[in-house]
Amino acid sequence: MGALESILTSPLGRRAAARAGLAEPPVLRRGRVLPEGPVLLADLPGGGVARATLAALGLPVAEPLLDLPENRAADERGRPQPPRYELRPGALVIDATGIREVAQLELLRQVLRPVMKRLADSGRVILLATDAATVDGVEARAVAQAMDGLMRTVGKELRGGATANLLWLAGGVGADDVGSTLAFLLEGRSAFVSGQAWRIRPRKPGDRAAPSGPAGASARPFEGRIVVVTGAARGIGAAIARTFRRDGAEIVAVDMPAAGESLAAVANGLRGSALQLDITVPDAGARIAAHVARVHGSDAKIWAIVHNAGITRDTMLANLDERRWASVLDVNLAAEMRINATLVDAALAGGLAENARIVGIASTSGWAGNKGQANYAASKAGVMGLVRAEADALAGRPITANAVAPGFIETDMTAAIPFVQREIFRRTNSLAQGGQPVDVAETLAYLCDPASGGVDGQVIRVCGQNIIGA
Amino acid sequence: MSTRQAVIVGGNRTPFVKAGGAYAQASGHDLLTAALDGLVARFGLAGERLDEVVAGAVLKHTRDFNLTREAVLGSALDPHTPACDLQQACGTGLEAVIYLANKIRLGQAAVGIAGGVDSASDAPIVVGERWRRALLAASRARKPLQRAAAFAALRPRDLAPVPPGVVEPRTGLTMGESQALTTRRWGITREAQDELAAASHHHLARAWNEGFFDDLVTPYLGVARDTVLRPDTSVEALAKLTPVFGGAEGTMTAGNSTALTDGASVVLLAEESTARARNWPVLARVVDAQVAAVDHTTGEEDLLLAGRRAIPVLLARNGWALGDFAFIEIHEAFAATVLATIAALEADGVGTVDRAKLNVNGSSLAAGHPFAATGGRIVASLATMLAARGPGAKGLISICAAGGQAVTAILEAV
Ligand SMILES: NC(=O)c1ccc[n+]([C@@H]2O[C@H](COP(=O)([O-])OP(=O)(O)OC[C@H]3O[C@@H](n4cnc5c(N)ncnc54)[C@H](O)[C@@H]3O)[C@@H](O)[C@H]2O)c1
Repeated sequence: MGALESILTSPLGRRAAARAGLAEPPVLRRGRVLPEGPVLLADLPGGGVARATLAALGLPVAEPLLDLPENRAADERGRPQPPRYELRPGALVIDATGIREVAQLELLRQVLRPVMKRLADSGRVILLATDAATVDGVEARAVAQAMDGLMRTVGKELRGGATANLLWLAGGVGADDVGSTLAFLLEGRSAFVSGQAWRIRPRKPGDRAAPSGPAGASARPFEGRIVVVTGAARGIGAAIARTFRRDGAEIVAVDMPAAGESLAAVANGLRGSALQLDITVPDAGARIAAHVARVHGSDAKIWAIVHNAGITRDTMLANLDERRWASVLDVNLAAEMRINATLVDAALAGGLAENARIVGIASTSGWAGNKGQANYAASKAGVMGLVRAEADALAGRPITANAVAPGFIETDMTAAIPFVQREIFRRTNSLAQGGQPVDVAETLAYLCDPASGGVDGQVIRVCGQNIIGA
Repeated sequence: MSTRQAVIVGGNRTPFVKAGGAYAQASGHDLLTAALDGLVARFGLAGERLDEVVAGAVLKHTRDFNLTREAVLGSALDPHTPACDLQQACGTGLEAVIYLANKIRLGQAAVGIAGGVDSASDAPIVVGERWRRALLAASRARKPLQRAAAFAALRPRDLAPVPPGVVEPRTGLTMGESQALTTRRWGITREAQDELAAASHHHLARAWNEGFFDDLVTPYLGVARDTVLRPDTSVEALAKLTPVFGGAEGTMTAGNSTALTDGASVVLLAEESTARARNWPVLARVVDAQVAAVDHTTGEEDLLLAGRRAIPVLLARNGWALGDFAFIEIHEAFAATVLATIAALEADGVGTVDRAKLNVNGSSLAAGHPFAATGGRIVASLATMLAARGPGAKGLISICAAGGQAVTAILEAV
C-alpha cells in the first residue's frame, strides 16, 4: 500500500475523501437474490413477452406509476412532482417491444421518471425492445435505436448500485428464450452489468435444454454437466470455477503446469479435476478432450468451455517487440480459436456437447483501446470478433458462442496498477467501484445456462458502465 | 492363475528439491499429502474412497508412525480410504507399488495409490544415549531432588543432537564409502561416472522441456521443477569437482553421487478392467517383481549390487533377456552403482545393457533422490514412456537399497 493509499483508506482519509466527492461506493446486491421491493412491469402497447416471461419465472408484478400531469402533486414549494412510490420498487421492467413511433417514446419517460429517485438499492431498470435491425420502416428503426441512448442515460443517473440494461429481441422470441436473461438481470448475479444492450433471438432448432427455473431461487442448472475453465488456478478463473460448481457443474480446471499447486487446490476444493496444460501448445484442444474422457468416461462431453486464461505484456507500441506481441495474441486469441476448432468436432470423445456453450473473455481495453496495451487490446477485440464469427459458423448447430468484456475487476492483476491510476479506473463507472471476480463469473454462467440458448454471438460488458468506450 | 492385471494409470510427484531448500519447513507428511492431492486433482478423485493407499519413508519421525494414513486424512480423498506404511529403504516406493499390484491381482483391491516420501530436511533429530538415559531416570524419579540428580552427570556435549545416520550398521560405512569400494573393485573410471551424470542431467532437462512431466508433477511451495537438475552441466564441469568418497584416489564426487533430497511421489494403480471401465489410461501393467539381497557384511559382496542377483531371476522367470526391454531404469544412487551393476550383469553372463535404453529421461543424479520417493518417480515415468512406445513395450526397473538389497520389477505397455 502506497502512502497516498494508506491515507485515503484511513478513517480520517475516508471522511476527507467523502467531502471531496469520493463517497463510499454502494454495496451491491449479489447472488441469486431478487431485488428488495416489488417488480414493476410497464407493458407498453404491442408488448407482452415480458409479462409472459415474468409469469414463467414465477414473479408477481405490480403496475408502475405514470408521470402524467394529472398524477403530479406539488411539493412544499409548489413545484409539481411526479407521483411518489410509497414502497420503493425493486425493479422496473419496460416491455417496449411494440414501440415504433417517436411519439410513443414519451410512454417510457412516463414510467421512468417516478422510479428514478425511488428505486431500491441495487434496483433494476430493464428495457425490452425490438432489435433495430429487424424492424421495418425508417421511424421504427430510429425509435428502436433511441432506446439505447435512453437506457445508457438511465444507468448513469441511477444511484445506490442500481443498474439499467437493454435487451434487443428478435422476432419470434418467446418467454423461454428470455427467461434466463430476465432472471439474471433481476437477480444480484448481474450486479456489475450496467448500461449494456445485447440481443436475444429464438433458440436454435435442436436446442433441447430446459427453460429457466424460477427466479430468485437457488438453482443448479449445470448439475451433471462438465464445464472446462482455463486459467482457473487463481483470480477470475478460480471464481468462475467456484460459481459454476455452486450451480452444479463438474469442473475441469486448466492452467499452466507451473500453476499446478493452486490449480490442484481449486480442483480438489470443488471436487473437480485439474489439467496442467499450456493452452498455446498445438494439441491443447485434443489434450482437453482426452482429459475429459479420462476423468468422466468415453461418453462424456463438455457442456461449456470458458476461455479465461489471459496475459498482459503492456508497453507502448513504440517499444513493442515481436515477442510481447506474439505471446499475448497467442494466449488470448489464437489458442482459444484452435481449441474451439478441435472441440467442435462432434465425433471427438470428450469434445463439445451437441448443445454446448463457448464463452470467451474480452476486455474493455479491447472495446475502447488502451494506451500501452496494443497487443492486449488487439487480442481482446479479436475475442469479440471470434465469438461472433463462431456463432455464425455454428448457426446450424445449437451451440452458442459469446463473450464477456470485464472492466476494472479487483484481482491480483489490477492490484498491481499504481494506486492513483487504479483509483481512477476503479471509480470511473456508474457504480463507482471495481467489480468482483464473481461478477464476471456470474455473467459467464448466465451465458452458459442451458436456458440461454437464445443468446448467441453476444459480448456483454461487466464494467459497471465504465465510461471508457461506453 | 488369476487373470486380474494390475495396471499403472498415472502418477504424480512433487518437484524434487535439494535438502535444506524450499521444502526445508515441509514435513514428510506435508510432502506426501501434496503429492496425493496433485494425483487426486489430476484424476478428479476428490471425495472418492479408494481401496488402499500404501506409502512409506526412510527417514521417519516416531510421530509419523501412521504417516500414510495421516496423509490420506489430510488429502482430498474420502477419509474412509485405508492406508498402510511400508518401508524397505530406497526400495520403499517400488515395493509399495508391488504390494498394491499384488493385492489388486489377488482381488483384494481394485483401485489404490502407492508411493513414498522422504525429507532429509525433516529428518528426526535424535538425542544422545546419555541424554536419553537421564530423561528416563528423571521420569522414574519420585522426588525433585532425584529428578535433578538424574541430569547432574550430563555434559554439554551430551545435549547435542545426533545427526541422522545413513551408515550401514554392520559395516559402519556410509553408502558412499561402501560404493567407493565397489567402484574400485569394478574399475569404474571417473570419466565414465561423469559422463553418466552429465547424461542424466541432459536427459532430464530435455524431458522437462518437452513437457514430459506436465502430467507427472504438480508444483509445490512455489517450486515447479526439480532443483537438483543442472541442465547446462557438462563432463568438463563435473571433472573439476573434488572427490568426496574413496580417499585420495577417489573418483566419486558430489556431481556423480545423489544429493540429499526432499520430495514425494505417488502412483495410481488399478485392476485393468476397472481402469478400462473408467476410461483411465492403461499405461502399463505390472508384470512381475523380484527382490534380492547380498551379504555385504563379509566384504565379499557389493552393498549396492543386489540387482545382479534379482535381475537374472526375474528375467528367467519371465523368459526375457535384457535385449527385450525398450527401456531400462537403474536407479542412480551413484553413477558408479549403475555402471558397476551393468558390469556385473555382463560378468555374470546375464547380458549387456544397451546404454541408449538406460534412464532415457534422466534418473536420480539429476532429479535427486528422496529415498522412498524414487520408486514412484521411476514407475510413473517408465509407464508413461512405455505407453507412448505402444503395446508390448517392456521396461525393467532396478533399485538398490540399504542393507544390501535390491527391488526389481518389469512393466509392460498393454
Ligand atoms: N482483472 C481484470 O480487471 C480484467 C479485466 C479485463 C479482462 N480480464 C481478463 O480476465 C481473465 C482473467 O484475468 P485475471 O485477472 O484473473 O488474471 P490472472 O493473471 O490472475 O489469471 C490468469 C490465469 O491464466 C493462466 N494462464 C496464463 N497463460 C496461460 C496459458 N498459456 N495456458 C494456461 N493458463 C494460462 C495464468 O497462469 C493464471 O492462472 C484474463 O483473460 C484477463 O485478460 C481481467
